[in-house]
Amino acid sequence: MYDVIVIGAGVTGSAVARELSRYDISTCVLEKCEDVCEGTSKANSAIVHAGFDAAEGTLMAKLNVRGNEMMDELSRDLDIPFKRNGSMVVCIHKEALDGLKELYDRGIKNGVKGLKILSREEALKMEPNLSENVQGALYAPTGGIICPFELNIAMAENAFENGVDFKFNTEVKDIKKGEDDLWHLQTNSGEYTARYVVNAAGVYADMIHNMVSADKIKITPRRGDYCLLDKQVGGHVSHTIFPQPTNLGKGVLVSPTVHGNLIVGPTAIDIDDKEGTNTTAEGIDDLISKAGNHIRNLPIRNVITSFAGLRAHEEHHDFIIGEIADAPCFIDCAGIESPGLSASPAIGEMVGNILKEKMNLKEKENFKATRKGIVRTEGLSVAQMNDLIKKNPAYGNIICRCEMITEGEILDAIHRPLGAKSLDGVKRRTRAGMGRCQAGFCSPRTMEIINRELGIPYEKITKSGGESVIVPTRTKEGSGNSATSLEGTRGEVTGA
Amino acid sequence: MKNYDIVIVGGGPAGLAAAVSAKKAGCDSILILERDTELGGILNQCIHNGFGLHTFKEELTGPEYAYRFIKQVLDLGIEYKLGTMVMDIAPDKTVTAMNREDGMFTIPAKAVILAMGCRERPRGALNIPGYRPAGIFSAGTAQRLVNIEGYMPGKEVVILGSGDIGLIMARRMTFEGAKVKVVAELMPYSGGLKRNIVQCLDDYGIPLKLSHTVVDIEGKEHVTAVTIAEVGPDRKPIPGTEERYTCDTLLLSCGLIPENELSRSAGVEMNPVTSGPIVNESLETNIPGVFACGNVLHVHDLVDYVSEEAGRAGENAAKYVSGAEEAGATQGADGKSGAAQAEAGGDAEAGGAHVIALAATDGARYTVPSTINVDRMSDLLTVRFRVGDVYKNSFVSVYFDDERVMHNQKRIMSPGEMEQIVLRKAQLAERPLLKTITVKIENE
Repeated sequence: MYDVIVIGAGVTGSAVARELSRYDISTCVLEKCEDVCEGTSKANSAIVHAGFDAAEGTLMAKLNVRGNEMMDELSRDLDIPFKRNGSMVVCIHKEALDGLKELYDRGIKNGVKGLKILSREEALKMEPNLSENVQGALYAPTGGIICPFELNIAMAENAFENGVDFKFNTEVKDIKKGEDDLWHLQTNSGEYTARYVVNAAGVYADMIHNMVSADKIKITPRRGDYCLLDKQVGGHVSHTIFPQPTNLGKGVLVSPTVHGNLIVGPTAIDIDDKEGTNTTAEGIDDLISKAGNHIRNLPIRNVITSFAGLRAHEEHHDFIIGEIADAPCFIDCAGIESPGLSASPAIGEMVGNILKEKMNLKEKENFKATRKGIVRTEGLSVAQMNDLIKKNPAYGNIICRCEMITEGEILDAIHRPLGAKSLDGVKRRTRAGMGRCQAGFCSPRTMEIINRELGIPYEKITKSGGESVIVPTRTKEGSGNSATSLEGTRGEVTGA
Repeated sequence: MKNYDIVIVGGGPAGLAAAVSAKKAGCDSILILERDTELGGILNQCIHNGFGLHTFKEELTGPEYAYRFIKQVLDLGIEYKLGTMVMDIAPDKTVTAMNREDGMFTIPAKAVILAMGCRERPRGALNIPGYRPAGIFSAGTAQRLVNIEGYMPGKEVVILGSGDIGLIMARRMTFEGAKVKVVAELMPYSGGLKRNIVQCLDDYGIPLKLSHTVVDIEGKEHVTAVTIAEVGPDRKPIPGTEERYTCDTLLLSCGLIPENELSRSAGVEMNPVTSGPIVNESLETNIPGVFACGNVLHVHDLVDYVSEEAGRAGENAAKYVSGAEEAGATQGADGKSGAAQAEAGGDAEAGGAHVIALAATDGARYTVPSTINVDRMSDLLTVRFRVGDVYKNSFVSVYFDDERVMHNQKRIMSPGEMEQIVLRKAQLAERPLLKTITVKIENE
């Protein structure tokens, strides 16, 4: 029995778990995938929004601005890269200039600091690769860029180090309130019970909610296609560039990422399939044509990968956070679509406060707010590198040639709390495989390390858990690295 | 860390051949830096035969071919470091590298030979729509998994792209009991060698569909099916031509990209057509003393030509170093380094030298080299190029300025097979006013 069970180890669930780990209670996170950050949290714009977009008075507006404010301290505490590069909403039609003022006013009401409306000349001076047609822009200096994987992973790791349990490959199938007044959660790996449940199930939050409430909700997966461009062109713009928003969302942005790539996206296509993360040719074409409206000479041929993510869209377009009226002790975090990543620390704080009050929680004395990330060898001086290599020679061995990731970083990713178990797990923690060759070079080498360090046979190593095995069988000869299979072959020959 | 005259970046076929010739040309201070755990580069995973027909007049496997050069490197006592990644090449030829034993170290080289090879174009760069599950491999990665690690990516295979590695892997997967259902090629012609299409596809009844591409990948965790469609002249899929193949593996053999990150950061000028450095007759880049050879310079079909080209680069690097030493010995009193002297001397020389530009037009896509300094060229100089389309019974023509001096008919030329012409020094020396040599493809 746990005091609290959190369903979902995405950025929302992990933020909630971290907040709850401040208190003297038992908390467990149930995650249907094999790792944290496997759903909406892993495929988005990687932006910390300033907060001028959401309608005044909404939870979205409030938590976005609060989350944005929290990000400096949080990124320092959790040792993750975060940069306030500033964002710009670009107007390319004279008749739409009023729209910028509207956004500006909304931002002021939402409490966004430092907003400024720029003239065409000012905008072009700050961002020379804007379209010739730029008429003006709204500038938000508090806009930022972050690594969504690292934010999610760091919050989960920190929660784990402060005592929160994580159960992976554990999918909640049914939830009932028992006669013991506890929540009974049926999963594919047995029953869990808890006094309180937090629903942070992303695109599945409606299914979880609807298990316990008569007041049904519906989450529509809204697909967003993205293109990620090579670091060679990462400096094409330095700010996050948005078009003016429409009722379908904030439109196709072009932004540097915190690791120096250029990201272009997303589209907004409502679908039925909650796992429908396939890109389509139409989606990508649409993306490219739209991004070209605001950016001059977009270097789209430098694309290194395209992908799609799903936003958990709820029809009222606001976050649903709080105790369900007809299901006491069951807290929803539903409809967490953009700006969910930006708001996540604030969502965690809000849910933490709700439960603190309801459960009369006391803060632990030994809560540790900080977490040390994986040592990044990129950017270290020769002397620093040599210190590191002297202590652990694995830091002298480059595994990912594109991102220059060493074996030392991969070993750290595997052996740290809630460590990586798959190629994607290593990739999201270290960036090995995220570069221009897209893991062609490093994947066999990373598999060798996973095999050696975790004792997982090659045939069982996955891309990202489940059925995603990389090499399901041996070759006919059974050659390769395994001494035992060679022995077997020799035995047969002798026998014949 | 010891200093070396020549640092060779890469211990594959290009690096090995360059090292051997540099040594034979008299340079005793050579270091090969190789990132893998063995010398030989990609040849180590190319366990099929067909290598060495030109060089050794016999048919070898990739590892056998590599060993012919590795043995020479060992016999000649050429130094090398394995497991060593070159992190940076500075414009002044200071090479920064790193490995487990030595940590990060720098070598102020007198000459650098770029021999980093190439990499495969990944799925992402092709923007293939669909899911991103396990079961999608570039052909070379699959080749490594099968031939070195001893594991099979799957049992039912679709291959996109008809590059040579894809063709070889079609046969290799078939040998291992897998069913290769189709090879789809976006272009109306194959990017691979004719002999590989015959020996790897035709012999096993594997269909090659030209002007086809992948339009969808199914499977959320692992590939379950791939849909291909015919493309029109604009290379866009034609609606209604889709064919769905159930499969568990998609291999990609869609082109190779010279791996020039280090060259770019060193300030080496690039040819946008080859994605490799622009080089002169000595295979020297715009940075004096920095040479390039093999697939980092332009992607080859046959390793024999890589070895030949790399041999020239090695020899020229050795010459450069000894030239620098002589310059240093005769003029070193003012404290400048020998290499700097040689460069200064070289520039002065270039001022009065007869330098001819090479141009590729009308179906010829590029030439290597791009310029020829007649004084420095050897008696015979091989110029390599590729054509941009399939040409039947057409002529390779060479113009010295406006005068056509070569006009050779070829039964067939295709983008997948590298072409070459040979220029004679005597021929160029007798034309002191010659400015441009143009290679073009003519119908008659």
